[in-house]
Amino acid sequence: MDVAEEEIVAIVGPEPDRSRGARGSFLLVPRCWQGAIVPLLLLIAWEILSAGGILPANWLPAPSEIVRTLVDLAKGGELFRHIGVTLARITAGFTIGATAATVLGGVAGSSALFRRLFDPLLQSLRSIPSMAWVPLFLLWLGIHETSKIALIAVGVFFPVYLNLLSGILQVDRKLLEVGQIFKLTRVQQLRRVILPAALPAYLVGLRSGLGLGWMFVVAAEIMGASKGLGFLMIDGQMTGRASIIMASIILFALFGKLTDKAIDRAGRHFLRYQNF
Amino acid sequence: MSLVQKTVNNLQVSHLQKRFRGQQGEVLALSDINLSIRTGEFVSIVGSSGCGKSTLLRIIAGLERDFEGEALLDKERISGPGTDRGVVFQEHRLFPWLSVHDNVAFGVAPDAPAEIRRSVQEHIELVGLAGFEKAYPHQLSGGMAQRASIARALVNRPKVLLLDEPFGALDALTKIQMQQEILRIWEAEQTTMIMVTHDIDEAVYLGDRVVVMSNRPGTIKRIIPVELPRPRDRGSFDFTRKRNEVYQEFFDSVESNPEYVI
Repeated sequence: MDVAEEEIVAIVGPEPDRSRGARGSFLLVPRCWQGAIVPLLLLIAWEILSAGGILPANWLPAPSEIVRTLVDLAKGGELFRHIGVTLARITAGFTIGATAATVLGGVAGSSALFRRLFDPLLQSLRSIPSMAWVPLFLLWLGIHETSKIALIAVGVFFPVYLNLLSGILQVDRKLLEVGQIFKLTRVQQLRRVILPAALPAYLVGLRSGLGLGWMFVVAAEIMGASKGLGFLMIDGQMTGRASIIMASIILFALFGKLTDKAIDRAGRHFLRYQNF
Repeated sequence: MSLVQKTVNNLQVSHLQKRFRGQQGEVLALSDINLSIRTGEFVSIVGSSGCGKSTLLRIIAGLERDFEGEALLDKERISGPGTDRGVVFQEHRLFPWLSVHDNVAFGVAPDAPAEIRRSVQEHIELVGLAGFEKAYPHQLSGGMAQRASIARALVNRPKVLLLDEPFGALDALTKIQMQQEILRIWEAEQTTMIMVTHDIDEAVYLGDRVVVMSNRPGTIKRIIPVELPRPRDRGSFDFTRKRNEVYQEFFDSVESNPEYVI
């Protein structure tokens, strides 16, 4: 009997999407751009309402005004300095927090004793709301870079630690037995079976951690900075310029999304064996 | 099969006893198991669920170390897993993040001689997966994944291949196909094979001998030799008679002239 024949079907993959309008329909807009329709309409409505004076300019400036503000900031080079500083903080904080979480998560995953001793403590620290750390770190570490990066690192730490630990503990025992059959040492078992199996959970942890890191960077920069997007936002508030506040918010959203996408892309490369 | 049949007793199990201790007490899973298996034999172990047949296999595989009695492979005590025993489980247990080739090569040390590396490709071809080396497990059907699992177990050329209900998760037609495949592989490799199953027809079709186990505690009730020439005809009178012989160990009455036999 020919093995390959009927089993090819298993490889071909799901059927192509033949639902109506797969090649682009709704108002002649192709599928991939259809998500932009509603936001675009809202933007247009917003611009019109602002131009007509219905939306007060000092509360909610028109989109065109926000764009003008961004361009002005960019012209002076100021914008890039602020973006650069915030990105640098996030990168440093993320690296430190994620590394610490990876090491501790790995140890906790391997050692039941370590878990019993340290996990309850870490879990209770996790429940402290992000903003509550700010005054403490400002007091201990001052208002310069150290406190900000430490804050971000703390924010990043917990999701990464938790997800990695959970991923390791949930590795299918049946796969571990295969490792035993081939007489893998504990280290080999960790490297060749446990960590690859925990990778999907770990990547979820990294993305969550990054998201929380962004949240902490806003908190850190609001509480005392002279540079950065958060500072820009506060500066806008102090000088009563709503357009600057809006511009910062948009930039936060943009870079938050971009960094998240970067991790997602990297993750997809490592997880290309999955079926989703 | 080789002309000079080695009648050395490959695997020797004596007075094997296994107790499971839990919070609520103790269960005697296996009681006084005695078994001798010759090199190159294909032995089927049949029993209903809970009779300890999987436990017996796991002890031979080295996955359960806490037992009384003795298990010897070529006169050496079995005290843990080893490359001289390959195991195939009911689930394929392939690593989802590795390709077929890397899964089959999993048990091969990276510094192994080229001869063993060639073994990986040989075994992929032996189980009929040539061309699928780069596929990932999620792309394989159940039968194909189980074949890969068999290749992985054989890649180190073990003395004994242990199969724990390997075809239980497959559909009936694929199961029959895989039974023929495992015989083909057995004839090519001449590895001693021990298969645990609850399918009587499968046990009689494949085994040189059928070990019948009884429940609670698990003991060997009877060992029935199946001295039928291969390839075996599932519909032949001799096959049916042998099958009924095994059947009667489990059920009181059996139709003496079945209308059909799968």
